[in-house]
Amino acid sequence: MKTLLDCHKSCKVKVIKLNTTGDLKQRLISFGIMKEAIIEVLEHAPAKSTIEIKVGKMRIALRGGEAKLIEVEMI
Amino acid sequence: MRQDVDVKACPIIAKHIKVALVGQPNVGKSMLINSVSNAHLHVGNFSGVTVDKTEVLFDYKEHHFTVVDLPGTYAFTDYTIEERVTHEYLCAENYDIIINVVDSTNLGKNLQLTSELLTMSKKVVIALNMSDEAEKENISIDAEYMSELIGVPCIKVSAATKEGITELIDAVIAKHESSKNRPKLVFSEPVEEEIAQIVWYLDKHKFYSENSHRNIAINLLKGNKKTYAKLHDEPIWVELQPILIEASRHIELHHDSDDIKEAFAEEYASFNRGIVAEVLKSKQVQEKKTVTEKIDSVLIHPLFGIPIFLFFMWSLFQLTFEIGAIPMDYIDAFFAWFGDTVGATIPNEDVRSLIVDGIIAGVGAVVLFVPNIIILFIGIALLESTGYMSRVAFLLDGFFHKFGLHGQSFIPLVTGFGCSIPAYMSARILKNDRDRLLTLFIIGFMSCGARLPVYVLFAGAFFAPEMAGNILFVIYISGALLGLVAAKVLKLTAFKGVDEPFVMEMPKYRLPSVKLIWHTVLTKTMMYLKKAGTFIAAASMLVWFLSNYPHNLELTQNYESKIEMTQIDKEKLVLQNKLDEALLEQSYLGTIGKFSEPIFAPLGFDWKMSVALQTGLAAKEVVVSTLGVLYSLGGNVNEESNSLMGAISKHISFASAIAFIVVIMIYLPCLAASVVFTREAGHIKYFFYLFAFTSIIAYVMAFIAYNVTLLIT
Repeated sequence: MKTLLDCHKSCKVKVIKLNTTGDLKQRLISFGIMKEAIIEVLEHAPAKSTIEIKVGKMRIALRGGEAKLIEVEMI
Repeated sequence: MRQDVDVKACPIIAKHIKVALVGQPNVGKSMLINSVSNAHLHVGNFSGVTVDKTEVLFDYKEHHFTVVDLPGTYAFTDYTIEERVTHEYLCAENYDIIINVVDSTNLGKNLQLTSELLTMSKKVVIALNMSDEAEKENISIDAEYMSELIGVPCIKVSAATKEGITELIDAVIAKHESSKNRPKLVFSEPVEEEIAQIVWYLDKHKFYSENSHRNIAINLLKGNKKTYAKLHDEPIWVELQPILIEASRHIELHHDSDDIKEAFAEEYASFNRGIVAEVLKSKQVQEKKTVTEKIDSVLIHPLFGIPIFLFFMWSLFQLTFEIGAIPMDYIDAFFAWFGDTVGATIPNEDVRSLIVDGIIAGVGAVVLFVPNIIILFIGIALLESTGYMSRVAFLLDGFFHKFGLHGQSFIPLVTGFGCSIPAYMSARILKNDRDRLLTLFIIGFMSCGARLPVYVLFAGAFFAPEMAGNILFVIYISGALLGLVAAKVLKLTAFKGVDEPFVMEMPKYRLPSVKLIWHTVLTKTMMYLKKAGTFIAAASMLVWFLSNYPHNLELTQNYESKIEMTQIDKEKLVLQNKLDEALLEQSYLGTIGKFSEPIFAPLGFDWKMSVALQTGLAAKEVVVSTLGVLYSLGGNVNEESNSLMGAISKHISFASAIAFIVVIMIYLPCLAASVVFTREAGHIKYFFYLFAFTSIIAYVMAFIAYNVTLLIT
């Protein structure tokens, strides 16, 4: 299983599943991070504590811990 | 005819339109209101500038408009307090029409909220904002076709250039006066079938409700709690429930998901993709790196990002001191001259002393620091309006996280460098109550603009001018670091709990408009001056009164006879000074100071400093004005120290000064901020916690600082 956290800088992936529930899932969905969405990894903070991604035209920052919950596949 | 007269007699009821302004965060809602109505709402470039609803009134073509600016929300969720404010308003309050503000440069994402709005049975007008920016990015939107497709008017506007504003208002009026026409939001076949099934059932039983049956059906399927509660008590519920369960199961099956909300989000997303594909033409030739990405590759660089940020902060404080010092001498000289000139015209000695030593000295001491304040405010306004704020949150989240803070806490904390009050308010962007309380508790560690005068005063008095800027930087940074340590302690003790997720939008960089910065800085500076002219002036008068009364005639006569006896001028001066000191010490203020002196003695404070700290509880500027009054009363005969800075460096030891700065850094912010803190924290008990917490830390840290400095020097 590959997650968003495993992705290198500037790679493009497609979301397969969100392995979370409740508020966080809603939050991710409202940011457009949902099944079938295309994500591009833009930048890593030191030690991947935070990563910056691009969904559509929106840039989003999220923590490594959250990125780990997003299951993806390379495209 | 009769009707016309009525309309004129009561125009407010006749043509009043109440508009709810809704949109995702940072799409320019407040800016749009400002350009529609000439209001001056605070505008920034990060999500969460507007944290509470604000109403703006204006007139247009015989219509009275009330526009309610609601905090930005990504979707109809109750994730953060601000989103709850918006959601509750839209569902429960009375309003006539919704203006949905949409960022034209990011239509797909913005339509997510739009499609949710369209399922409410309310009149909607869509404002395609930032159309000028979209044009620059070669994005063209066919607004007419879009209006036709989704069945609500879509108007291209630009809040920045004021384009399309009148068209927007006209469309709102037209829509308001037209009969309700249904927006054309269609779901996928299976979902539509289920909706039709429920609508058919409601129709059959002639279920009465204000909302349309389609709306109720969608709400039921989405699991809307309020709709459930409403229908739960109806007799038809018994039969409706099995239909609903079956319908939900079908939809979930169709979407291969066990979460109906996720299924609906996907429904909305595919509807939006359809709309975007139809109306949006982007002439973008092969995705090149955008300007924002280029800047980001430097500013949030894993290695250089944080040093760059620290450099920016350091430069800000250098500039604050260096440039701020230039006009200082002139302002100082002006108030000295002003005091002398005014004083010369007042024959009564008491009144003259009140005006010159009380009001002018007190207010002058505060006004002196206006240049520093302006520079600091410009710095913060730049940080807010360019979009850099979110980048710093991104950089610092890993670091903050170790201290139990949320990356987004950074935004209220930085705001705290300007003033604690908006900082307490902006802590609302934090979802979790524990995180929010924790942030509220440490906002005070970020030295606010009002404390700057005290720092500048002491840094200028005890350090060489070329060092003073660095000292300011050190004060601010060590305050912030101390705040982080305090956060860690609180997180481990009082606010234990699981960590909140960190998911945050990074806005596009924008060149700050000069007009906007000018306006923000001007407003804040005028507020500072207004405070100096009213609150500080009154406090100065009070301090003056308390330090002049009661008069002790015996003491005065005693000394005056001594002064007359001596022939040497120098001796006379010394005696006069001694008299002033003695008078001050037996005044009301002197008594209070003497009374509290033992408490502050371990920190090396004399009674004047103790008093200044106590008056500083009202507002930090009062610390400076109190010192101004106390030292101008006590020592104005001395020619060497005619300025307050000089007086302070002469009367206060270096170690005491350091301890004093430490206390100012940490102890309770002003009265007004304490009130806002209590309101935001939700209970008065938190205020007492804050008071105890900050006072103890301030005292202990100042004690350590005092003794360490004594040892070193």
